[in-house]
Amino acid sequence: MAISRRYFLTGASVLALTGGALARSYRGSVPWSSKTARPPSPAGLHQTFFSAEERSVIVAMVDRLIPKDEFPSASEAGVVTFLEDQLAGPYGRGDIYYLQGPFQQGTESQGYQAEAPAILYRQAIADLETAIRKEGTDGFTALDAEAQDDFLTALSEGEQELEHVDAKTFFDRLWEDTQLGYFGDPVHGGNRDMVGWKMIGFPGARYDYRPYIDHNGKALDLPPVSVAGNYQREAN
Amino acid sequence: MARKLPKREVVIVGFGWTGAIMAEQLTAEGLDVLALERGVWRNTSTDYAVTNAQDEVRYRFRHDLFEQLSRETMTFRNSSDQTALPMRMLGSFLPGTNVGGSGVHWNGITWRFLPSDFVARSHNEERYGPLPEDMTIQDWGVSYEELEPHYTTFEELCGISGKAGNLNGRLQQGGNPFEGPRSKEYPNPPMDMVLAPKLFAEAASGLGYKPFPFPSANMSRAYTNPLGVSLAPCTYCGFCEKFACGNYSKASAPTTILPVLMRRQNFELQTQAMVLRVLKAADGKSVTGVEYITPEGEIIEQPADMVILSTYINHNVHLLMVSGIGQIYDPRSQQGLVGKNYAYQITSGVTVFYDEETHINPFIGAGALGMVIDEFNGDNFDHSGLGFIGGGFIGQTQTNGRPVESLAVPDGTPKFGAGWKKAMRENYGHSVGIGTHGAVMSYRGNYLDLDPTYKDAYGRPLMRMTFDFTENELRMSDYLTDRAVEIAEAMGGREMTVSRRKGPYSIVPYQTTHNTGGHIMGASPADSVTNKYLQHWQMPNLFLTGAGAFPQNPGYNPTGTVAALAYHSAAAIRRSYLRAPGQPMVQA
Ligand SMILES: Cc1cc2nc3c(=O)[nH]c(=O)nc-3n(C[C@H](O)[C@H](O)[C@H](O)COP(=O)(O)OP(=O)(O)OC[C@H]3O[C@@H](n4cnc5c(N)ncnc54)[C@H](O)[C@@H]3O)c2cc1C
Repeated sequence: MAISRRYFLTGASVLALTGGALARSYRGSVPWSSKTARPPSPAGLHQTFFSAEERSVIVAMVDRLIPKDEFPSASEAGVVTFLEDQLAGPYGRGDIYYLQGPFQQGTESQGYQAEAPAILYRQAIADLETAIRKEGTDGFTALDAEAQDDFLTALSEGEQELEHVDAKTFFDRLWEDTQLGYFGDPVHGGNRDMVGWKMIGFPGARYDYRPYIDHNGKALDLPPVSVAGNYQREAN
Repeated sequence: MARKLPKREVVIVGFGWTGAIMAEQLTAEGLDVLALERGVWRNTSTDYAVTNAQDEVRYRFRHDLFEQLSRETMTFRNSSDQTALPMRMLGSFLPGTNVGGSGVHWNGITWRFLPSDFVARSHNEERYGPLPEDMTIQDWGVSYEELEPHYTTFEELCGISGKAGNLNGRLQQGGNPFEGPRSKEYPNPPMDMVLAPKLFAEAASGLGYKPFPFPSANMSRAYTNPLGVSLAPCTYCGFCEKFACGNYSKASAPTTILPVLMRRQNFELQTQAMVLRVLKAADGKSVTGVEYITPEGEIIEQPADMVILSTYINHNVHLLMVSGIGQIYDPRSQQGLVGKNYAYQITSGVTVFYDEETHINPFIGAGALGMVIDEFNGDNFDHSGLGFIGGGFIGQTQTNGRPVESLAVPDGTPKFGAGWKKAMRENYGHSVGIGTHGAVMSYRGNYLDLDPTYKDAYGRPLMRMTFDFTENELRMSDYLTDRAVEIAEAMGGREMTVSRRKGPYSIVPYQTTHNTGGHIMGASPADSVTNKYLQHWQMPNLFLTGAGAFPQNPGYNPTGTVAALAYHSAAAIRRSYLRAPGQPMVQA
């Protein structure tokens, strides 16, 4: 079917022509089609972005950002799976970001000035491994926990520089993405078994809280639900 | 070469809140109206299904509903002596794309401005004497009284939930005692409050203030608007602002206007039509239509008798600039009006932390659910000796408990690691945020023009924003924050954190999508781009809707006034412009 164009459309006939994604001209009725919904796109099971070496560095970093205690560490909660999927997809490619040059580091208030996040991550990991090796240690994973924390803190404050990318820009991305992997909906590959939500008491993708408006400060203890449909009973 | 289509009576560019309002009004008059929207059509019920719209990653952080900067963005710097760099990712503001525009994912706080806001320059000069030399604020050329019926129309269209504070000059218990006189009560009662706004209101009352419910476009009950379109009660799902409502509980163009407008035979909507410029007549005295590009890259010329730009301020101003309509403002020479008086909003916050027995349950929320005081807005208080003009509201909205966006941890918490994780666990659900939301005046050095270096995907120069908070605003925001701290102290928490707004303005953290100015309205072509009917002074068949008309930004969210101005304009078009098309409705 041809792409609908206004000049050969009249009245209600439009609806018949506007079913597909190509519909662009609407007249005479409210367009509605059951076929247009956009369900969440789950994390691809085999989506990979990191090499084995990169992956071990990322695991070590995110597990310092959110370490294990009574609740799982970031990597145990699926944060790296989340990152793999995100960086291999539209986010990593920066599909919706403005990525034309010239590139130049600006003031902090001018925001992100790096290339696409996938490029930023890959380059930053390489640069930080090089920087650490120069100091005589065999990469981030070989640092002890305290030194790893110090290194991350230095990145976050821009005190540890990286050769090709802005360290703080990388840290800010990594930290936000790690939180999204820990507390985002499990449909994206992280927050395994909704563990991040259980930890803090967030009920997830619920839709109607009207019965609880008058909670008056009481705990509600609502088990979480995900947009992927998982519903888990609290173990008792 | 562009393919030229047959001429239309009215072409509206951009189909968000104001595009839909203008289309509804002008089709009701029998005009043949074509709306051109760069985004796509979305079905409220299926595309924003209540079973899966609550996805913080997809919507809040991966910007599913927001505009794509890969196509078009702007550059930004704090001051003229810096090099502007592109806004590569959205941050400080989040304009929408697709049918419905930003209105699809707004909060729904729906204010009227104060009568004195519309005469900001003359009112403040009269009361406080001369203003700082570089402060370029102006009177609007339109009065609260002129807009009053149009505010009412918009509130009834949306089914705003609220409580009047001033009905025809008589003060009402429980409403905003400072508001201008309104001709009617809100169409719906206030929303039922959860604990957090109650705590705020109680503390504020104790300090002698008069808290009242935020006027809300989230439905407090089922409602059918004057167009016959029905909305459903809000379910407090906590995925409202930055998300779309598939429950028909938040007023937006798709939920209040389109079910009627789309059925009208004299209306047509064309989507994925990215308008690149407005076309001028050879004599420069009118516009002849617009040029847009299709996803296949075809350039289409769409002639029109009348063009209405409703693309949101940022794009309206950019379109004027790249179309060579009017002179671009130059801060050195003070010449040119396009891009002049860009302003924004200044916000700050205080968070009160409670012990672990007090459960705030922050996830029970809605975009405009909350309580607010207006004692420190506009000129509701005496500014003598304070060293600033303007003000803002102080309020508590319980909008959401989304863990990444809205996490709050006390001062002294480590940035990450075990200590952060513990603090996150202990404090999530036990804190209440108070916000201040202040006016931003306009200044000689805050403006929009074209960037000399960066281009958009269509080869047009990007717009360049030069903006920073100035002393007046920082002082005012500090003053509001001090008042918020006093209320927070009375709220009985364990401790609090105070987030003052400090300069420089940053384009990174979300603040508000309340950009204003750049095609300001006024009483004279010497200092404004449009007259009070949003009609271009030099090209009378061109109209510009949106907050670009604001000569400066008052202390309230803009959309109530943005919509009222659109209705005011539409009424004038229907009443007088159509009798003498192409003629100015106000003599210069
Ligand atoms: C997160 C968020 C919360 C908000 N909360 C509030 C609130 O509580 N209260 C309040 O008063 N306001 C709020 N706002 C602001 C409110 O959404 C806007 O004021 C309102 O939508 C502006 O209406 P508009 O018609 O000017 O623009 P929009 O509604 O944004 O519509 C503009 C339309 O033009 C289209 N367009 C742009 N460029 C082109 C082009 N070149 N060609 C074709 N089409 C184009 C866009 O795709 C869009 O559909 C909020 C905004 C956001 C993002």
